Amino acid sequence: MTIIAENPIKPVAAPSHVQQKVIASLNKRHRKEKLFRSLGLGAVLISLGLVAVLFINIFSKGLPAFWQSAVTLDIYFDPAIIKIPPKPVQQADESDNDFRQRDLSWQTEVGFINFNRLITDSLQKVLPDASKHRRDLTRMVTSGERFALRDMVVADPAIIGQTRTLHLLTDANIDVWLKGNIDRSLPDAQQQLSPKLREWADKLKAEGIIQNRFSLALFMNPDSRSSLASAGLAGAFMGSFYMMLVVILLAVPMGVAAAIYLEEFAPRNKLTDLVEVNINNLAAVPSIVFGLLGASVLIGWFNLPMSAPIVGGLVLSLMTLPTVIIATRSTLKAIPPSIRQAALGLGASKMQSIFHHVLPLAIPGILTGAILGVAQALGETAPLLLIGMKSFVASVPASPFEQASALPVQIYLWQGNELRNFFEARTSAAIIVLLLMMIGLNGLAIWLRKKYEKRW
Amino acid sequence: MSNLSLIVVLLVLLALGYQLGMSRSRKVATVNSDLRMHSRPHHYGMMVGLWAVLPAFFILLLWLWLSPAVINAMMVAQLPAEVTALSDEQLRVVSQRISNLASNFGVVADAEAWELSAAEHLRQLKANSAIVLTALMAVIAAIGMLLSLQKITPRLKARHQVERVVKALLVLCSTVAILTTIGIVLSMVGETLKFFSYIPPTEFFFGTTWNPRFSTVGVGEQGDFGLVPLLAGTTLIAGIAMFVAIPLGLMVAVYLAEYAPVKLRNTAKPMIEVLAGIPTIVYGFFALVTVGPFLRDLGHAVGLDINATSALTAGVVMGIMIIPFISSLSDDIITQVPKSMRDGSLGLGATKSETILKVVLPAALPGIVGAILLAVSRAIGETMIVVLAAGNSPALTANPFEAVSTVTVTIVNQLTGDNDFSSPQSLVAFALGLTLFVITLLLNVMALVIVRKYREQYE
Repeated sequence: MTIIAENPIKPVAAPSHVQQKVIASLNKRHRKEKLFRSLGLGAVLISLGLVAVLFINIFSKGLPAFWQSAVTLDIYFDPAIIKIPPKPVQQADESDNDFRQRDLSWQTEVGFINFNRLITDSLQKVLPDASKHRRDLTRMVTSGERFALRDMVVADPAIIGQTRTLHLLTDANIDVWLKGNIDRSLPDAQQQLSPKLREWADKLKAEGIIQNRFSLALFMNPDSRSSLASAGLAGAFMGSFYMMLVVILLAVPMGVAAAIYLEEFAPRNKLTDLVEVNINNLAAVPSIVFGLLGASVLIGWFNLPMSAPIVGGLVLSLMTLPTVIIATRSTLKAIPPSIRQAALGLGASKMQSIFHHVLPLAIPGILTGAILGVAQALGETAPLLLIGMKSFVASVPASPFEQASALPVQIYLWQGNELRNFFEARTSAAIIVLLLMMIGLNGLAIWLRKKYEKRW
Repeated sequence: MSNLSLIVVLLVLLALGYQLGMSRSRKVATVNSDLRMHSRPHHYGMMVGLWAVLPAFFILLLWLWLSPAVINAMMVAQLPAEVTALSDEQLRVVSQRISNLASNFGVVADAEAWELSAAEHLRQLKANSAIVLTALMAVIAAIGMLLSLQKITPRLKARHQVERVVKALLVLCSTVAILTTIGIVLSMVGETLKFFSYIPPTEFFFGTTWNPRFSTVGVGEQGDFGLVPLLAGTTLIAGIAMFVAIPLGLMVAVYLAEYAPVKLRNTAKPMIEVLAGIPTIVYGFFALVTVGPFLRDLGHAVGLDINATSALTAGVVMGIMIIPFISSLSDDIITQVPKSMRDGSLGLGATKSETILKVVLPAALPGIVGAILLAVSRAIGETMIVVLAAGNSPALTANPFEAVSTVTVTIVNQLTGDNDFSSPQSLVAFALGLTLFVITLLLNVMALVIVRKYREQYE
């Protein structure tokens, strides 16, 4: 036996030359380790920071837009200005059609009344020097409010002769001025408002006649171009709602059915392989390509109406289909074969074993996938632009076949509005609404998964 | 009756047939109490319902497919001789006018007497067609329901019939995905070929100027349709996005998979994935009003001339959007690397970072490459961020501080403008779309193949 030259446990006072080298390199390696680790942590922090910046940015911009300047006025529905015959009542011998004609012509007559006078008259009471600046006076309140007054008269003509205290939205530019979204030191030539209007706005604000009120207009009104301050999301919301309805009714059942066939019935061969590759691919096709499909096939060949939620819904359904199929398949895959075998063993047919036993167990997973698919469809913009939903629609659609906008498209339209300093905030507010809906949907999906998740 | 109400009636019929079939099967069962029924009562009910509804539904589909042409032919046959002598193209215009007149929809100026009478005739034909269709469907549904009710005996294999129909439905649904792909390819190839009849493919694929001009009707001045500047812009932006997303996403994945305590991992991972769920229009707005001005001011501070809407702005924001794609896909792949490989490396004395860099990442490399390819395909197809923040200026440049344009932006611009739908200015959108589709398809297939190969390696 030879003596081993090096003893591993050598208690020495001074480290040898080799050991020094080892220690030095170890230190270097540990430093590298620390650096790498902190790089990783840094990346996580940067990513989280980006999420925070994005949300804080949007929310700080958008939250103020939920409150809008409104002027509180006592509006006297002056019979001297509102000179109309009494509202028509259906006679016993009158057909429905005739009555409708008469009612419409009466409404047209109401429409000719100068409701602006009502507003300017009551404004004059709070602004003593107003009579000299009548032109400015008409620009104080946003133009949409006179239609609100008209609608009040049409709904209840008894209001004529009475006085009502109303909160009327101010013009968009006054809102901008009062919120400080424009540089107050700009020369007159660059200001949107005349000096008189600015002076009045500050005066009324100081007196508490103009207040920041929660803006119902943002939720109740459709989009508007003539009366920017009362432009709202109602039309876009309904458009998105119809589209999601189509997606839920089409993409979800079809996707689930396709997944059941592919997972449970389909033989394993070249054809089903092709279908599988195809579905995976479809899930990664850019959304704008689906828009092209909609433009050329649905609108070009099937002659469906442009800008209608039904077309948008169909396009989004095709886009969501792969997502639903993939989610459902992975849920079905996770259900243990013993469930199927037990059912088959007791004499159930294959169909019965799947529809009575496997599918009920898979429902939470399927719902989660479906909700995530719907959320994805809700936020999609590009394909909708290609099927004509870019156009301006100033009404709330009553059916999926009428022209409509959608929430993300409304965001796109608003961000391009010329009145930047008003619409930047309003766009952010619309984004907040959209984000809250997405968060709600995603939260629902997570809750479902947590509540019903089963580990086999 | 409108088609929608016909379908509602069919659904009611389905319910009715279901009830009738069930009660009938129960009666049959009590009469033949010595025999066992083959199927459950609801199978008989479903069978009767399907027999009532399905044939009538096929009649409806057939009618919807064929009747417009037949009605049009009947209407044209009634037209005066000098009109029928017109060419096909002119005849189509005439029948369009008449159908506008008949439906009171669309603008028709100066309708002549014979047109009005033809419109009246058309209206009559359409009304008749609806009546005939409704009657036919009623008869077919009644026959189907009565015959199938008659057929109910203990021997009848109702469940087999119902299950066959359900299976056919399932197969039908799973072909929709394939039909979609075929639809995409066929529609785009068709329109692209039309486009190539105006502009030769070589000019499209190799032209270096993009200036399509404007045209209201097919003819007129022809612009330059060179794809190269658009592809360059797309590549530039996708490159910047990857430059941002790959290091951040990979480091996030490595840290969360290898270092982070469970608590941090469970909170940070979903929070970063929030980025993937935010609609792209929101990113676009963020880029336009926040990131763009910020980068411009930053450029001013260091003496660079950066456009607020530039390739850089769009690329950086797109990179942020893509971080979670790379991080969660890579995270999955890194956690799939077998623990034994890590243990072996650590046992030989390597530090954790050395293990990750020299053992784990090389083992996971194919999967990560697949994830990156998927992310690239996503970046190339992304639309709203670039529409808002890239500046839309189709110049051939490699300067990231300048405004550029991309394939997707151009598709949106060409199709949402006021261009005539059959002009090359509009058709080029489909050629661009097809190019985009093919590029992303190749990237996706490559990524899928790589990921699949990788998975097999460790399973």
